[in-house]
Amino acid sequence: MHDKTLAELAAGLKQGEFSSEELTRHFVDRIEARDDRYNAFITPTPERALEQARAADRRIAEGNAGPLTGLPLAHKDIFCTRGVKTSCGSKMLDNFVSPYDATVVEKLAEAGMVTLGKTNMDEFAMGSSNETSYYGPVKNPWDESKVPGGSSGGSAAAVAARLAPAATGTDTGGSIRQPAALTGLTGFKPTYGRVSRYGMIAFASSLDQAGTLTISAEDAALMTQAMAGFDERDSTSAQESVPDYLAALGQDIKGLKIGVPPEFFDEGLDADTRKAVDDALDVYRQLGAEIREVHLPHLDLSVPTYYVVAPAECSSNLSRFDGVRFGYRCENPKDLLDLYERSRGEGFGAEVKRRVMTGTYVLSAGYYDAYYLQAQKTRKLIRDDFLKAFEEVDVLMGPTTPTPAFGIGEKTDDPITMYLNDIYTIAVNLAGLPAVSVPAGLVGGLPVGLQIIGNFFDEGRLLNVAHQFQQQTDWHRRLPEGIE
Amino acid sequence: MEWETVIGLEIHTQLQTSSKIFSGSSTAYGAEPNTQASLIDLGYPGMLPVLNREAVGMAVKLGLAIGAKIADRSVFARKNYFYPDLPKGYQISQYELPVVYEGTLDIEMDDGSTKTVGVTRAHLEEDAGKSLHEGFETMTGIDLNRAGTPLLEIVSEPDLRSSAEAVAYMKKLHSLVRYLEICDGNMQEGSFRCDANVSVRPKGQKEFGTRTEIKNVNSFRFVEKAIDYEVERQIDVLESGGEVVQETRLYDPAKGETRSMRTKEEANDYRYFPDPDLLPLEIENSFVEKVRSSLPELPDAKRERFISDYGLKAYDAGVLTATREMGDFYEAVVKASGGDPKLAANWVMGEFSGFLNKDGVEIAEAPVNADALAGLLKRIEDNTISGKIAKDVFEAMWAGEGDADTIIDKKGLKQITDASAIEPIIDDVLEKNPQQLEQYRAGKDKLFGFFVGQVMKATKGKANPQQVNELLKEKLKG
Repeated sequence: MHDKTLAELAAGLKQGEFSSEELTRHFVDRIEARDDRYNAFITPTPERALEQARAADRRIAEGNAGPLTGLPLAHKDIFCTRGVKTSCGSKMLDNFVSPYDATVVEKLAEAGMVTLGKTNMDEFAMGSSNETSYYGPVKNPWDESKVPGGSSGGSAAAVAARLAPAATGTDTGGSIRQPAALTGLTGFKPTYGRVSRYGMIAFASSLDQAGTLTISAEDAALMTQAMAGFDERDSTSAQESVPDYLAALGQDIKGLKIGVPPEFFDEGLDADTRKAVDDALDVYRQLGAEIREVHLPHLDLSVPTYYVVAPAECSSNLSRFDGVRFGYRCENPKDLLDLYERSRGEGFGAEVKRRVMTGTYVLSAGYYDAYYLQAQKTRKLIRDDFLKAFEEVDVLMGPTTPTPAFGIGEKTDDPITMYLNDIYTIAVNLAGLPAVSVPAGLVGGLPVGLQIIGNFFDEGRLLNVAHQFQQQTDWHRRLPEGIE
Repeated sequence: MEWETVIGLEIHTQLQTSSKIFSGSSTAYGAEPNTQASLIDLGYPGMLPVLNREAVGMAVKLGLAIGAKIADRSVFARKNYFYPDLPKGYQISQYELPVVYEGTLDIEMDDGSTKTVGVTRAHLEEDAGKSLHEGFETMTGIDLNRAGTPLLEIVSEPDLRSSAEAVAYMKKLHSLVRYLEICDGNMQEGSFRCDANVSVRPKGQKEFGTRTEIKNVNSFRFVEKAIDYEVERQIDVLESGGEVVQETRLYDPAKGETRSMRTKEEANDYRYFPDPDLLPLEIENSFVEKVRSSLPELPDAKRERFISDYGLKAYDAGVLTATREMGDFYEAVVKASGGDPKLAANWVMGEFSGFLNKDGVEIAEAPVNADALAGLLKRIEDNTISGKIAKDVFEAMWAGEGDADTIIDKKGLKQITDASAIEPIIDDVLEKNPQQLEQYRAGKDKLFGFFVGQVMKATKGKANPQQVNELLKEKLKG
């Protein structure tokens, strides 16, 4: 049962091959038996899951089921979930039980999905390897000595090891696409504003976007259909109407114009990963797509721009964690300053502190113009590059990451090298575009991803382009050893 | 050396929206601590602000009333600092692009002179909560009911040259925001508070001196005293060869002095940047026009109209238009009495205002309403009672004894206008005071008043004074 996609499981439920309770029990048992190896979950919620599954079964019996009713999933622990610990991977929120549901949690629950638990992640989504989590690193099911990527590393590992058929994630600089690439999954980040940020603990508000980690693009379409839409509780959510994503999936892509920016194929790109991407482009050629070179001349500015914008916003977003109203509070503070300094000093990990300090610095009087304002300008240049490219082509393609998964502990001492792992994904967040990473091959037994970037709110076409690839290849159905 | 004072005021007005600026919580004053604080107000993880359009409408209202520009695009920014009553660790405010800018306010001084004061800007922001220091011994209590209450901070140009001008400006603005019904103006509850930027410079010098900022002054009187103290302090410092330090100071009303709170060096670096949770505020012209059409008659226009329509003196018209309620009350009295507008003005400003002040009540709560007062004025004008008796009647009305006619009736205060009734009384008075009569007839004219007094006394004030005068003159001729 566990190697089925959401679409396949939905068919099984519909045909009565199994109940949601049976299906849920299966995944609950797998988490129980296997997650010790991966550390993918911070908080499994088996009882809640079974209760939701029984409710889903009743709904199915009553004929009130939607396409997602009764299907299990895991939520990244960044989404506030009522009555459940929502830690964001941090000691700071280890004692935080959310009194409300995030819009994403609420919408998927309304659709009838069953929550298996909350997945591990880099602390406050700051990291590319899941090593900054207070709850310890997550292991890549393809090779347990390797990282699963981050920050949605727990969600990626959970789906890759088939402890859940699908999971939610968030993507601020690649946090869905990069772990999806490193664990052989389909990772989809919609357009900024497509999915409400209400209840999603903020890292960098102008970049954060919720999305999915699934086996297939079809599954991503199914879930996104339920997650997307304007939310009056999030002023930055888009007022655009939500098209039928599933309906877009069958379309022929003959004549599709694919832009390939040479800037994505720099000296940092591993040769075998490059080959996998080239092979994937060949598949598209065979499907009748037209491939041409387009340029993103300011792409090299994305990492520096991102590491000004994201820390600036995070330094302010994380100010609310002050030990006063919720979360970690130090023992016996001797005065207010001591309360702040020790609660935050003890409650946050090293990477979070590094970014809070960087962000505080770039916003400081005397530095604001040189850093923050400058970054806003370069951000616009990067966005304009994309807009210009989309005047010529329908989608852009390139690698998701420069290399396959790296070893746990390999890059922890060198933040810059770690940051460069997101070199191909970050620009997309700065522009606010939708993008998907699809499994495109194995390099040394480890998955690598093809990144497909679409125009604003062009999710339907983007998912179809990914889906068409998955109709021709089976990389997305490959399983790590020992998972069968 | 002769010194010139330079003052600029920043006035925080709490907007009287029903809910907070970024959440749906109530803004009512005085609730149990933390009962009007939602998860948004508490700064919970994952919570996002959603702008209250009502607050925007109120800001536009003020902007239009001071002839300011309304920004078609303004930006909310975060002002970052740590304090326990600031739940998010930042205050959402407007920084570089405020919603209202470049307006003016005309002030009138007691000597009749007027002055136009520039208003640099007015921006929307959220209020912080309150720290409670009483009753917690070594701890501090936090009440977040006020957190997120909408404020409009109105910043003047450094155009004011004395504490008197500062107070006149503040009073004018206070009157205006209440006219516009955007702020209840309650200074006690902190709905209208003032920060004053004060500096001095040698008369004739162009450059401004170093300024200090006096924080959070909550009454007109304290603003005047705080500025006067500060000006004197700065002059003393400069005249003894020192330098004024740029700093924030607090006014202590008990001691009547300002003292240093923090210097520029200790000041927070607020790290302002645009709030990525809120889109820029875009205001369409149609919205501005809708607000414009809802504007009430403003104080200056009303004052001019009172002068021309009712023939009032400028000063009286100013007093009667100081608040919208007062102006409305006055006009209601004039309309209901149908009589002399000046008489109505004297009564509204005199007895009526006096009793309001004495009892500390608002017009709406006054025991005598406009119709009742008009009823009394009618009896003065038709000579049923004299002005003097009317004051007694008014007092009885205020005490709840009924309307003017009832009281006049019940107490038998009806004026005696019948000559045949007054004449015997005059005769009696003359008879009882032969000595004075003799002196009067011998040329001591001043005694006329004495006889009037005696007659009025004998009639308990009810005799028509004019009639008494005439009849008495006749009788005294002998």
